[in-house]
Amino acid sequence: MKALLIGEYREGKLLDSTYELFGFAAQLGAESALLLVGNEAQLPAFGGTLYLADAAVCGEYNPDLHKKLVLEAVQKENPDYIIFVHSSYGWDLAPRVAAALKTAQISEVTAIVSGGFEVGCCNAKMRRTVKQNNNKAVLTIQAGAFPALQPGGTPQLQRLAAEGATTLEFIGYEPAEKKDVDLGKAEVIVSAGRGVGKKDNIPIIAALAKTLGGELGASRPVVDAEWVSHSHQVGTTGQTVSPKLYVACGISGAIQHLAGMKKSDFIVAINKDKDAPIGEVADVLIVADVMQFVPALTAKLA
Amino acid sequence: MKLLVCIKQVPDMESRFKPDAAGTWYSESDLAWRMNEYDEFAVEQAVQLREKLGEGAELTVLSIGPDRVVEAVKKALAMGCDNAVHIQDPAAALKDPWQIASMIAAFAKDRAFDLIFTGMQSQDRGSAQVGVTVAEQLGLACTTTIVGFEYDNGTITTKRELEGGVKGVVKLKTPALVTCQLGLNVPRYPTLPNIMKAKKKEIVAIAAAELLREEPLTTTASFHPPAKKGGGIVLEGEVGSLVDQLIGILKEKTAVLR
Ligand SMILES: Cc1cc2nc3c(=O)[nH]c(=O)nc-3n(C[C@H](O)[C@H](O)[C@H](O)COP(=O)(O)OP(=O)(O)OC[C@H]3O[C@@H](n4cnc5c(N)ncnc54)[C@H](O)[C@@H]3O)c2cc1C
Ligand SMILES: Nc1ncnc2c1ncn2[C@@H]1O[C@H](COP(=O)(O)O)[C@@H](O)[C@H]1O
Repeated sequence: MKALLIGEYREGKLLDSTYELFGFAAQLGAESALLLVGNEAQLPAFGGTLYLADAAVCGEYNPDLHKKLVLEAVQKENPDYIIFVHSSYGWDLAPRVAAALKTAQISEVTAIVSGGFEVGCCNAKMRRTVKQNNNKAVLTIQAGAFPALQPGGTPQLQRLAAEGATTLEFIGYEPAEKKDVDLGKAEVIVSAGRGVGKKDNIPIIAALAKTLGGELGASRPVVDAEWVSHSHQVGTTGQTVSPKLYVACGISGAIQHLAGMKKSDFIVAINKDKDAPIGEVADVLIVADVMQFVPALTAKLA
Repeated sequence: MKLLVCIKQVPDMESRFKPDAAGTWYSESDLAWRMNEYDEFAVEQAVQLREKLGEGAELTVLSIGPDRVVEAVKKALAMGCDNAVHIQDPAAALKDPWQIASMIAAFAKDRAFDLIFTGMQSQDRGSAQVGVTVAEQLGLACTTTIVGFEYDNGTITTKRELEGGVKGVVKLKTPALVTCQLGLNVPRYPTLPNIMKAKKKEIVAIAAAELLREEPLTTTASFHPPAKKGGGIVLEGEVGSLVDQLIGILKEKTAVLR
């Protein structure tokens, strides 16, 4: 079985997520080649074939050209699987490659199971086993679901180039907003999710954070609705934290939130839904209305 | 200028999901339905553009599914879409993303939309495939996961959201398709007068069979809850006693309560 792995490179750097592709390929038992639109000065330690295109020429985000490059490597390798990370790069490019090949795509794989691949669904509350109907498949793997693996060795380089008209113009990167709180240093974080109901309830969550000597965190919808500023957001598009205690108030536990807090030493979740996926990482899940429980807890601790 | 926005109706994610008789998707009994959250941002952006363009612009909302999806379509009309297309498909849940995209593309093919909006992903299936696949099938310029959108005379400037809060600024020209991410805007609540006005707007029904040409490329073999990863304690009961239990646990297991 052969796999073509599509590495990631951004702002002049090879991304570590590339190593998760090796970890996944190892579980799959596939012989791998890697395609990277990157830079020769930054190659992963990997002893197989590496199709390399120059990001200075092909761009870091240029799906038209990157699609051409992947299709060229697919022709040379004839892989059974073409594998991306389910990231802003992967979910953008993978369907373009699948459509060009008119082949199956299975998105955000979390496990290899008998009869296919397991993927999350219904906001991570449930799982599906999905299989491809043809002999080639494009897969995207969930970020963090497979252990990173450094295969070691020196790659055999095969250079690729692509040119031609493109439909998009990449103007540049905009850095993340400046943070007015550094959650990374907090020993305790109490985070508010959509389950707190409304902006007026945020002070109640903040009061518990203060009583515990910690900081206020938040899930994304709370930030998007402007109940708190973005610097409080925990998750893939916010901050990654690992405090001694993380208290999730009215947070369902979507993968993008878990990615930012699951390494916390001790996790308490307060949720009225016993099946909320936050239960998968919580040391203690309190099944209760957050607006009844939190003020009672704060009062008892004060 | 002709605009299209594609929306999916999904269950409320706080619902309890049970497998259906075939064990390959959720049972539809006892579910409350709503518009896919990502698609609310898509509708809002499309409506804002439609308002800015004024006379001569036309915004169509499209949804594929059984009759219940008309509820979500009505909400989009009340938010400001001009007219609607319901692609009637009682078996939409059994179609794979390739087929759903093919039906949308078959509908859009000869209708010369300048700009198509979709959500970045659906909350129930979450494949994040349908939008990009529609663009590929129609040969449209496409970018994904946008949290910023500006339109000026045929040129769209978007901000794509990348990991860690970084954004990528991308320009594209119409005809194009964009997939919308949470936080792109603040979706409006339909007002009562607009709900009344929407009742007069046209909803064209098209049978799925008229648009479906493609076989599925994937099959769902099973739908099931995640394997329980033990370890965690679940506490239920009266609030006062829950508070005492939690304080006891925190004293024993963490160093944060002295
Ligand atoms: C590319 C991408 C990046 C993302 N990045 C992030 C990120 O960085 N951070 C992030 O958080 N999200 C992120 N998200 C969004 C993520 O997928 C979820 O939508 C989000 O985390 C959900 O937030 P929530 O849990 O607060 O809301 P919901 O999912 O709506 O959950 C609310 C929860 O509150 C519970 N609840 C409701 N009422 C009560 C009550 N009275 N008492 C107790 N419990 C109650 C409900 O049972 C439910 O579990 C991202 C999504 C995408 C696609
Ligand atoms: N049944 C449907 N009807 C209309 N649009 C849909 C349908 N399913 C998916 N879409 C659109 O495609 C996007 C991505 O869906 P998915 O590929 O299922 O994650 C959604 O946000 C919708 O905009």
